[in-house]
Amino acid sequence: MIGRAFGLSCEGCHMFSIVLATATRFLLPLLLLLSVYLLVRGHNEPGGGFVGGLVAASAFSLYMIAFDVEKTRRLLRAEPRALVGAGLLVALGSAGVSPVLGKPFMTGVWLERTLPVVGKVGTPFLFDVGVYLVVVGVCLMILLTVAEE
Amino acid sequence: MTNILGVALPAAMLLLTSTIFMAFVRLMKGPSFPDRVVALDIMTTVAMGLIGLYAMESGEVIFLDVALFLALVSFLGTVAFAYYVERRQLRTGSGE
Repeated sequence: MIGRAFGLSCEGCHMFSIVLATATRFLLPLLLLLSVYLLVRGHNEPGGGFVGGLVAASAFSLYMIAFDVEKTRRLLRAEPRALVGAGLLVALGSAGVSPVLGKPFMTGVWLERTLPVVGKVGTPFLFDVGVYLVVVGVCLMILLTVAEE
Repeated sequence: MTNILGVALPAAMLLLTSTIFMAFVRLMKGPSFPDRVVALDIMTTVAMGLIGLYAMESGEVIFLDVALFLALVSFLGTVAFAYYVERRQLRTGSGE
């Protein structure tokens, strides 16, 4: 097999298409990059945590179709359930910053300085990161469970 | 230039819209499952064209991003359908 020479093989896979597998290897990093781009620009322009999370989940589902569920779990490293929990904790943490500074709960707190790539950083952005993690976690939990049957 | 666009944009939109309707008829009637998948793929592709035309007409660059994401998602949908068809063939042992 030509695929095996390039490390493109899948032993226990149901069906394996070398075209799809090769395309996935290039598309997966691009899609993940796109999702992060959407997340970062979300505060000022169309985008945000939800859309970014959906794009990231679609990237992983493409990997799941090209290879199999077991490989996708290994690629993801974390349990989808853990991602959901982490996202909720991050969102809660972003809400808890303002009471420490003596402002009402969930008030947006922004850094004075702007970071080079991200722009202004504040608790709304942190909240968006939480949404991103929750969306990725929930979508992948559903997809992986359905695919495992 | 703007004169040509003023005629060409609505005409192209009309043509693409009629294409969507024709693909929809195929989606409803399609004798076999793959026919329906191809019809759905055509519909999303034409929708991308429509979005591009609308971006030209309104001058909003942001709509092109929408077309990009639609392209990604529809590609994924078609691949998933193909996966499903192939799996069904493997299970029943016959091509439909």
